[in-house]
Amino acid sequence: MISELILMNGYGAYVWSAFAFTLVSFLSLYLIISFQLKKEQKRFEENFSTLTEEKYNVAISQNIHKEILKHSGSKI
Amino acid sequence: MFEFFNPYKIFRINSTLQKIIFFCFIIVLSVGLVEALFLSPEDYLQKDSVRIMYVHVPAAWISLGIFSTIALLSFSVFIFKNKNLILISKSLAPSGILFTLIALVTGSIWGKPTWGTWWAWDARITSMLILFILYTLYLLSFRIFEDQDKSNKISSIIAIFGAINIPIIKFSVDWWNTLHQPASISLTEKSAIHTSMLIPLIIMTAAFALFSVLIFLMKYNTELIKIKNKGLKRL
Repeated sequence: MISELILMNGYGAYVWSAFAFTLVSFLSLYLIISFQLKKEQKRFEENFSTLTEEKYNVAISQNIHKEILKHSGSKI
Repeated sequence: MFEFFNPYKIFRINSTLQKIIFFCFIIVLSVGLVEALFLSPEDYLQKDSVRIMYVHVPAAWISLGIFSTIALLSFSVFIFKNKNLILISKSLAPSGILFTLIALVTGSIWGKPTWGTWWAWDARITSMLILFILYTLYLLSFRIFEDQDKSNKISSIIAIFGAINIPIIKFSVDWWNTLHQPASISLTEKSAIHTSMLIPLIIMTAAFALFSVLIFLMKYNTELIKIKNKGLKRL
């Protein structure tokens, strides 16, 4: 039963490799984009923490900045 | 009209939607894989190799859909001069290029047991390869040109001119004699595929679509934060 599922009448190598390639591609792209997102969030947090008080007040008044910090899990 | 494309609003919705879409994607993909690999019947002629269709066809459909959207958005950029449309197009491209690659590779794997060859310079396959090159050029244009206005203009031109390739891909099987079979599914006519095969195909298409939306949301947020990072330095 299990060997039938794996071998698929001699087409197993083709079918499994096509599905494996697809799933590995999905995982790779997901990991790359996640990594890029985290990197940018971290960079944003670092840049934000180096602002002077005056610039900080200007920056924090913008909703988009607050939202970015909120979703990066920042304690600023 | 462009209030809908407000970056703050999109970022806020994106961040909430990502988790929901990821969860839905895992569920739909799991159901789709069980259907495609174990529950759907084998083909009377192609036997079990027909199961490759469940990854090959959705990938091809979505890669075409994404490029058409990018072309349409790029055309709108020239009319409405809205830079957020470029951001949306740029964020769609990574999943588009991946699905084109998947369609090419799985098509090649399917070609070996069906046609006896991994590759043929046939109209459908060649036009899909051109689509992959167009996606590559589109993404490279953002990296090559440092001047943002120039890169936006060049990428939009690539997308608009590249759109000529979309009907060529779609009708290549009707216009030329190719190894590739004609379309089995049409929006206007009755499907030539039996329901037992059509259902897994639709489920897998839904899973692939969810994945492209997930990648789009993540990439959009990444690009937006990148822009805001530059803005912080200019304060």
